[in-house]
Amino acid sequence: MPLVEAKQLEKTYVSGDIEIKAIRGVDLTIEPASFVSFIGPSGSGKSTLLNMIGCLDPPTSGQLTVAGQDITKLDRNTAADFRGNTIGFVFQDFNLIPVLTVYENIEYPLLMVQKLPAPERKKRVFALLEAVGMADQAAKYPSQISGGQKQRVAVARALVTNAKLVLADEPTANLDRDTANRVIDMMKQMRDEFQTTFIFSTHDPKIVKNAEIIYTIEDGKLQRTINENGGNHA
Amino acid sequence: MLNILKMAAKNLARYRRRTLLTSILITLGVVAVLLFVSVSGSFKAMMIGQITDSMLGHLQIHRKGYLASIDSLPLNKNITQKQLNKVEEILAAEEAIESYTMRIKLGAMFSNYAETTNIRLNAVTPDRELQSMPLLADRVIKGEKEGLLAKGEILLPELIAKGMQVKVGDSIVLVANNKDGSVNGQSFAVRGILEGITGPGGRDGIMHMEDARELLRIEEMEVSEIAIRLKNIDQMGVVFSSLQEKLGAMTNKEGKPVFEIHTWEKLSPFYNIAKMIDLMTLFIKIMLVAIVLVSIMNVMIMAVYERVNEIGTIAAIGTRPGKILALFVTEGFLLGILGTMVGTIISLIAIAGMNASKITFDFGRQTGLQLTPTIDSAEVITVVLIVIGIAVLGSLQPALKAARMDPITALRHV
Repeated sequence: MPLVEAKQLEKTYVSGDIEIKAIRGVDLTIEPASFVSFIGPSGSGKSTLLNMIGCLDPPTSGQLTVAGQDITKLDRNTAADFRGNTIGFVFQDFNLIPVLTVYENIEYPLLMVQKLPAPERKKRVFALLEAVGMADQAAKYPSQISGGQKQRVAVARALVTNAKLVLADEPTANLDRDTANRVIDMMKQMRDEFQTTFIFSTHDPKIVKNAEIIYTIEDGKLQRTINENGGNHA
Repeated sequence: MLNILKMAAKNLARYRRRTLLTSILITLGVVAVLLFVSVSGSFKAMMIGQITDSMLGHLQIHRKGYLASIDSLPLNKNITQKQLNKVEEILAAEEAIESYTMRIKLGAMFSNYAETTNIRLNAVTPDRELQSMPLLADRVIKGEKEGLLAKGEILLPELIAKGMQVKVGDSIVLVANNKDGSVNGQSFAVRGILEGITGPGGRDGIMHMEDARELLRIEEMEVSEIAIRLKNIDQMGVVFSSLQEKLGAMTNKEGKPVFEIHTWEKLSPFYNIAKMIDLMTLFIKIMLVAIVLVSIMNVMIMAVYERVNEIGTIAAIGTRPGKILALFVTEGFLLGILGTMVGTIISLIAIAGMNASKITFDFGRQTGLQLTPTIDSAEVITVVLIVIGIAVLGSLQPALKAARMDPITALRHV
């Protein structure tokens, strides 16, 4: 069963008398444990599509199913619960909570969203800290770590809930080339380890090179390409 | 809930200076209110005590229409022996009454053998008067206080004694008209000088009941007023209603009530001052509410504005709107708690300090009154609850704004 399935998906924004069709009749299928990239010029609709899949923005019309759940008409609380349990987010600006330590940032979704008991939280947080190589930085605050480390923490936070899907919007845009490479490698490693699907919206050729499926969006329309060399980056 | 509390505390600690300033503002407001309530309450209670315990009593009973013509001290509106018996029966049945005293109020010509002036007098039975007016003896500023006075003696008001140059032990003459209009005179020894106090009867002299009956040639017992002291002033409303009902049932031939009953509040102009104090207390409380509301709202609006992106992040990763609301409301709640706790502690220390330093003040002609500010726990709890309630209310609007924020818009916020 596909993890993400969209049929005739449309998103139209209305600004005054003007209608802007951001996504036009998109059909899409993404299988579990995929490494997928949405590429396209600015304003092409990449982020809009990512937001719709992330249950942050409802489509204007069409069908959208994520992890077997129709997410087109969820109310705010159900949508929040769904995101908290199924989807992880990695943002361009890392978006860590500045008053929480690295450990607490990763723990946050387990504590405030999934409400797991303390021993289980501890186990999962330490497992992810180890996995992203940040175990020795657990007590530090976001202001005390580098950009690459912040993004590792963000990835750990996205995965700690056992999310089936991680949506990453320009995750390497604020990182230097080497750091970006390491973060992408780590994400791919996470995909292999946790069988999580990663969907990126990106301009970064490094990510595009690593993606197994590339969706090119232009004027709200989607074109699918299988990247035979996905994962075989230099 | 504990996690939200921890998170809210961390957020407050993030903006340390702002949190400190807001807490100081709330603290100052709480201190101002609690100190004002304790000092004004102490002043009010002291003045009410002075008035009710040395002159008016808590309640007074008169013949219907007596108070309306009290300036002329009419003897023909006295309560007669027969009426008095019925009233005493009613009073005896009221358990809340500690004691009562009966008075004949009269006007007379006062002579020191060289000059003459007018004087208003209360004729009393000393034992009963002292029992019902426990602070009366303290008003005797010159002369023997013990036993108040004996037959043939008079207590003169301070101003008349000074104006007429009369001292303790001097002999004076009173000349009064009786009910029929005939005149009678009698000489008295000045037993003491009475301090004047604010309110009706505050500058009257005091003489013995039997002397008054002789001077006025009253054969049967009759009195102008009955002043009642209650065991607890808080029961005044209940006793007043009960007595009013029972006395109201006693009517004359025309079916009109024979008696009238008044609380001290209706008899003393100080009641208006007491009401003013209550009103000022209310205004101070309203100011506190405004201070708390504005400062908390300001801080929380700023907090929401500065954390839009963060709100978007926590919403995106699955935090429910209700939890985001709770987080910001809890921040306001904690600010309220912090300011209130510190303010209450400072106020209680300040009240204890004022009591220890024995501050005195003058009120009218009364000097050296000692301020003993106190505050009851109910008042403290009320202020604490008001502040915390307003803090929560003040943070509600910004918290709602945060909770209703669209995650995408919030995430795009720079």
